[in-house]
Amino acid sequence: MIKAWFKSGSPWVWLNAAAVSMSLILVVGLLILIAVRGLGHFWPKDIVEYKYNEGSQPTLIIGELVEISRMTAKEAKASGYKLPDNAKYLEQRLIKTGNRDITGADFRWIQSQYIQQESYPEDLIVIERREWGNFYGRLIAVKEKGQIIAEDDQAYTVAQQRIDRALGLFDEIEHLQKKEIGAINYALERLRLKQRRLQLEGKWNEAEEQTLAAEKASYKKSYQELQRQLSQLNEKIRRDSLVVKEAMGRTVEIPLAKVVQMLQPNAMNIVEKSWQYVVKFFDFVSEDPREANTEGGIFPAIFGTIMMVMLMAVIVTPFGVIAAVYMREYASQGLIIRIIRIAVNNLAGVPSIVYGVFGLGFFVYILGGNIDQLFFPEAAPAPVFGTPGLLWASLTLALLTLPVVIVSTEEGLARIPKSIREGSLALGATKSETLWRTVLPMASPAMMTGLILAVARAAGEVAPLMLVGVVKMAPTLPLDGNFPFLHLERKFMHLGFHIYDVGFQSPNVEAARPLVYATSLLLVIVIIGLNVFAISIRNHLREKYRALEN
Amino acid sequence: MSTEQLKTHAIKIGSIKGSGVEVKQETLETSIRIDKLNLFYGEKQALFDVDMDIPKKKVTAYIGPSGCGKSTLLRSINRMNDLVDSVRINGKIFLDGEDIYDKSVNVADLRRRVGMVFQKPNPFPKSIYENVAYGLRIQGINDRRTLDETVEKSLRGAALWDEVKDRLNENALGMSGGQQQRLVIARAIAIQPEVMLLDEPASALDPISTLKIEELINELKEKYTIVIVTHNMQQAARVSDFTAFMYMGKLIEFGNTSELFTNPKEKQTEDYITGRYG
Repeated sequence: MIKAWFKSGSPWVWLNAAAVSMSLILVVGLLILIAVRGLGHFWPKDIVEYKYNEGSQPTLIIGELVEISRMTAKEAKASGYKLPDNAKYLEQRLIKTGNRDITGADFRWIQSQYIQQESYPEDLIVIERREWGNFYGRLIAVKEKGQIIAEDDQAYTVAQQRIDRALGLFDEIEHLQKKEIGAINYALERLRLKQRRLQLEGKWNEAEEQTLAAEKASYKKSYQELQRQLSQLNEKIRRDSLVVKEAMGRTVEIPLAKVVQMLQPNAMNIVEKSWQYVVKFFDFVSEDPREANTEGGIFPAIFGTIMMVMLMAVIVTPFGVIAAVYMREYASQGLIIRIIRIAVNNLAGVPSIVYGVFGLGFFVYILGGNIDQLFFPEAAPAPVFGTPGLLWASLTLALLTLPVVIVSTEEGLARIPKSIREGSLALGATKSETLWRTVLPMASPAMMTGLILAVARAAGEVAPLMLVGVVKMAPTLPLDGNFPFLHLERKFMHLGFHIYDVGFQSPNVEAARPLVYATSLLLVIVIIGLNVFAISIRNHLREKYRALEN
Repeated sequence: MSTEQLKTHAIKIGSIKGSGVEVKQETLETSIRIDKLNLFYGEKQALFDVDMDIPKKKVTAYIGPSGCGKSTLLRSINRMNDLVDSVRINGKIFLDGEDIYDKSVNVADLRRRVGMVFQKPNPFPKSIYENVAYGLRIQGINDRRTLDETVEKSLRGAALWDEVKDRLNENALGMSGGQQQRLVIARAIAIQPEVMLLDEPASALDPISTLKIEELINELKEKYTIVIVTHNMQQAARVSDFTAFMYMGKLIEFGNTSELFTNPKEKQTEDYITGRYG
């Protein structure tokens, strides 16, 4: 009976189906976990107020409930917690109380048994600040130049108007500092390098000196003008401040220049909250990080990741395709080419950190060092290319993914039917004409497959990047408005490294945890996005050259 | 080869074909002359001392059992065998008196002069138009009007124009097998070769498509020297003027088609055409 069942083949079918479902469940489960944990972060949570008494004296605690955890009474007693005799569990709550500037910590564990009252008053506010994390408490008054202009009921509305004004000013300041003053600094630095280069080449003369001095003076002048505007703006933004009261009753004054946003989440309805959610999510993907990456957005990391992957794709595709064409089409298929093929396949198995070390040793120090000596002597002793940067990271990853592209292109070339090649040759095409006009276009879907695999691998790679160009915080993007626009020598941020940095290197791990999930989700989305892009190109090509199915 | 030689050669062929044939001797110029051709695949010899003069603007058919070397011989004429790594050739083939295995010969130029159609239709995964224009584009001809004219002329020449004139920009792979094979013929005649080599052009096609191809061959011989390999003796009898019977890499008999089929000189030929083997 059992034997017959085995012979029928259905055990195999079940086994295969089980394997497929298992993989499916794992993938979907992973995505759901990351999505739920990550996306939940942006939802404006209600603020809870606890009357809390651990014995000595009652206190008030205001904050967001983050987590409830339970341990059995036995464990709790063993750990030295006091419990009523009839209690089965010790329930603890993690509250995000914020106010790091006052209390020294963002989070606090409390025991549920000491909570005397729990309420959600509508007048509780949360203020997202540029420094010191969130503030939780109550709004007392709004001040202009030190004078109170609104109190109690009107305070909230007035404060929102003032915050909008301050945010507008803040944007202007940002623009001035980053774009305009940044551009002037960049130009001045180039002038300095130009002067140094001329001196090194022995072409430094009075005429040059005068033109340079004139240029410098004009830049200095506009710099001073911008500086003046900047201090005016700073003056304006410093005008207003908020007076707030925290849980324990202490009042604090928060300058509006430091405020990102103020909310009364308990008073918001579902529509307002949803809108708020969308806004927060958009900010997350479009803004720069703050406070050691634990707050704010991750735009530079997304940008850096995509930039690096694209650059890698641009490098690895032609390189891999050309190598594969030689190996498959031109080289005689003997022992040597077999050894090369084995070597290429093994290259795919080399641990990525080894590529990182190689990249650092060869690309950065040897190649970059020599480029600096040859082309940028004026910058010495500061390195230009002789230091980790975007170009070297892309090159290292291109090397890492090269085997994948070579192998799939080779397979693609091998699949082109002989009859098609002969058809082309019989029409008087040479071998290279046949390759360019017929064989390579037909093999292009296979190349795209290689590229897809390469992109998937490269976008998720972190270890080698830490050695060849990724940093925790890059002050500038590798692409900007200053000539030559694409700055390959710059260091950049990367989602994968960002996750590692925020999750494991940040001083405020609890605060960072949702960000780790959200960033992971973004990384997955970016990789999926890049893949979908590549796959759609491949499908288009497949449709075009579907001769292989015949 | 001098004109004198050519003339004697023509007379030689004329004498082979014997009495009952209506071909005028003066028109029988030699297009391809195969001279003591031996071909080896590695150690294995595939062709033995083949001598043959293929007349111009006639249809010459190669028949013989599988593996007898008829396709190999055909592929020697446009040097398709060069693509096989282990191949070794001695002996000579002349196209209009010029040795095609000479070192000075450009293989691509040779293949432009000697077009080829394969057993299975092998259109490129491009539009019908681009398939026909392929050979011209290879030669660097990109002028739209020239291309348009040639494409139309070639498709008409391959009796395909009326069927595809409204869908020139559709993918050639969407056509039927018979249409694809005629497209491949159109593709070959677009570059105006002197010789057309047809390697079992109808073996993968249905009877109606086969008939169309055969009619087409009859028209094409007005302009081109045609060499056709076929498994099908009726087909050889229907379409060819001359027939060569090959067996085990050797040319057994070569002569006027009607004579070879009605009155074969060699015992082996007779055995084959009467169906005793093959």
